[in-house]
Amino acid sequence: MADFIVSLLTGLSSAAAMFLVASGLSIIFGVTRIVNFAHGSFYMLGAYIGYTLVQTIGSTGIGFWTAVLIAAVAVGLIGVVMEILLLRRIYKAPELFQLIATFGVILVIQDVTLWVWGSEDLVGPQAPGLKGAVSILGKPIPEYDLALIAISPLVLVGLWALFKLTRWGTLVRAATQDRQMVAALGVNQRWLFTGVLFLGSALAGLGGAVQIPKGGADLLMDFNILAAAFVVVVVGGMGSILGAFWAALLFGILQTFGIQILPNSTLVLMFLVMAVVLIFRPWGLLGMPESLLQIPSGPPEQPLRPALPRVRALAGAACALLLVLPIVHLVFPEVVGTFTLVLVIEIMVFVLFAAALHFIMGPGGMVSFGHAAYFGGGAYAAALLVKFADAPFELAFWAAPLGGALLAFLFGWFCVRLSGVYFAMLTLAFAQIAWAFVFQDMPGSVLKTFGIADEFGTPLKITGGDDGLNDIWPSPWASTRISYYYITVGLSVAALWIMRRLLYAPFGYTLRAGRDSPLRAAAIGIDLTRHRWLAFAISGAFTGLAGALFLFSKGSIFPTTLEIARSFDALLMVMLGGVQSLFGPIFGAAALTWLNDLFSVLSYWRFLLGVTIIALVLLLPQGLAGFADTRPGRRLRLARPEETGA
Amino acid sequence: MTGAAEARVLELTGVDTFYGRAQILSDVSLEVRRSEVVALLGRNGAGKSTTIKSIIGLVRPAKGEIAFEGKPIQGLEPFQISRLGLGYVPEDRRVFTGLTVAENLEVGRQPRRENAPEWTPDKLFALFPNLAEMSDRLGGLMSGGEQQMLTIARTLMGNPTTMLLDEPSEGLAPVIVEQVAKTILDLKAHGLSILLSEQNLHLSTLVSDRAYIIEKGRIRYEGSMAELAENEEIRAAYLMV
Repeated sequence: MADFIVSLLTGLSSAAAMFLVASGLSIIFGVTRIVNFAHGSFYMLGAYIGYTLVQTIGSTGIGFWTAVLIAAVAVGLIGVVMEILLLRRIYKAPELFQLIATFGVILVIQDVTLWVWGSEDLVGPQAPGLKGAVSILGKPIPEYDLALIAISPLVLVGLWALFKLTRWGTLVRAATQDRQMVAALGVNQRWLFTGVLFLGSALAGLGGAVQIPKGGADLLMDFNILAAAFVVVVVGGMGSILGAFWAALLFGILQTFGIQILPNSTLVLMFLVMAVVLIFRPWGLLGMPESLLQIPSGPPEQPLRPALPRVRALAGAACALLLVLPIVHLVFPEVVGTFTLVLVIEIMVFVLFAAALHFIMGPGGMVSFGHAAYFGGGAYAAALLVKFADAPFELAFWAAPLGGALLAFLFGWFCVRLSGVYFAMLTLAFAQIAWAFVFQDMPGSVLKTFGIADEFGTPLKITGGDDGLNDIWPSPWASTRISYYYITVGLSVAALWIMRRLLYAPFGYTLRAGRDSPLRAAAIGIDLTRHRWLAFAISGAFTGLAGALFLFSKGSIFPTTLEIARSFDALLMVMLGGVQSLFGPIFGAAALTWLNDLFSVLSYWRFLLGVTIIALVLLLPQGLAGFADTRPGRRLRLARPEETGA
Repeated sequence: MTGAAEARVLELTGVDTFYGRAQILSDVSLEVRRSEVVALLGRNGAGKSTTIKSIIGLVRPAKGEIAFEGKPIQGLEPFQISRLGLGYVPEDRRVFTGLTVAENLEVGRQPRRENAPEWTPDKLFALFPNLAEMSDRLGGLMSGGEQQMLTIARTLMGNPTTMLLDEPSEGLAPVIVEQVAKTILDLKAHGLSILLSEQNLHLSTLVSDRAYIIEKGRIRYEGSMAELAENEEIRAAYLMV
């Protein structure tokens, strides 16, 4: 019993940071309809700024808590700066584009933090006055844990009062439901939004600052908390603060007990709970069905139309260029070096990855935040087959698209029932689970639990965890650079062509009909869920194919191929390229892979990439392929001339 | 009233509005004079709501001028237009369903204005007695008629000098429509100028001084409401379904 109480209290205390971050994310989303990717970065900044302040003024109890509060306010102000300089310019841009902008902010903050505080993990000082432990049922409980347990309800009550008792709160709640109407009643939303960004960011900052004595500060905090916060928000219900509170408590407790039952199982437990909750309540514990949420009414999607002859000619020329490149390499090695071939292989892998994501994102309207799961998942399927079944390259290679499809089939069953932001969050959560499965070597630890080991008694490694799986190469016939080049180019061009055919087939029309008007599509007898599910699995298969090409070009695979950053890379490629164009992902992937390559030699490449992304968002709000619709693009006749109205 | 120009509160001149590439309004011109109720009549899809939304700034006209109290307002943000004293009552009511009646009113509250009657929740509860009984009820739990009253009351909290009412009778029982008519006349008596977009000829005839008929985005008729009520031919041509 005493152990139980102690675990419960530990769980409750670890819920505090999660609740603070998730509630901030939820509040910002509720009003601005922007999923603030940079929210995890604000949490990290809260920890770092808090750390510095605590070092300076935090030697007393009052000093410590003042430092924590100042850190929260400082992070809130950083959120305001982001709102004024960036978000304010893009509220009217397509929803997805706002996501990339905040992703750019993540990269900038990562490098600024690295530059200011260095790469060493910072160990937080203990909170003055709360260094001891109190004895509860004979077990010691750190006093600071009790303080953390008290913070969540205090903040919850504070937020309740703010939203329920002040005019500002009333306006914010009204704006959460119908922004346009609030504006038409004479409310200047600009300040409302700025205020909301301040509050939400400050909560993230507070979350980061209060956990310093327990966790300190490190550079991986941003993505780590982001995934947890997304899960909490999805389970609690988007926009519901109380929901975030209960969900955070639930997961806090689950984490503590999960570790005791099966080490390394926390993320799997989170997944199971999330799955159960979403089966019974697709909009989370206390969320509203999405139909009741205001959907921003952007301009209608432009219909997809077959490319103009000139664009087709360009595509043909690009294919021809890809085919002759190795020949040029053989004849003039100084013009086209080995490096170029390697770069083209990498570009084609990501072009395929991005196109497969675009397949569901553009025509299907399903924005997956976690497509790396199928990329890395497929690659791991092939790698495991080589490692443990000695499968030949020719067989193992196809395990990747199959694995990607099966995984997408499994995760998709849950995801396709939801749409919009719920869908996005859920895909991200699943991807994190797949990542944890590989990273923590879940199969290995299960075997260990059952005491299964090799003949020397050492525990078996299956996925290899952090070390990954190495020494996985194609068969000799395929392993020269030129033959692998042709395999990559041939398979990815073929896959692109198949996807294009699918999108212009009735299947593709059905997907687009479902995206543009789910109700009407359902009313004419289309089983939308089934189509979306199938599309998701197809996308998973092609993503897995990209993973296979990646695996055998590198010869090894690491858990990083499944991490959030990889999913976001693919998202970025699609969005930079332009979502509503089949050429978009191709441009985007090529441009981003090239930029990555160009910047990666520099020490602060993330900063440069982030700034480039932000600049692109501000300058080309329709994506790179949107260039065709700009004046210079029209001069080159890459887009149809404006049609004149009747 | 000193002159026709000064009496003009709201004036649209040659307004063109597009949704994407589809032209919804073509060369729409109309005016509302002080303390006058003007009906904008037309069938579904004729362009009534788009006219209203163009005025309040929810859609941006591509061409033409919109002047309120003599000042051009096209291109301003909706909140700026609203703060000039132009109240907007939307077509589908758009009550904040998660907020109580009192909170809905609070959202509409704006500082008082010299040339307009000043409204408080108490005064509005006197005007709409059934709202008074449910000031703590959530907007989502009210009937359509109650929501319509709340929407009008919410807009009045901004102390407007002029109201844009977009199909206030839509989907309401006849007895409630009568109530809407009474409210409009009350507001006119308070000195408010009103532009009323309607399909309900009966309601419009009861309350309006003048009328415009819009069809396919063009103004087809302009005249006094009394004349229109007499003119069977025009009504048959533009209003009968």
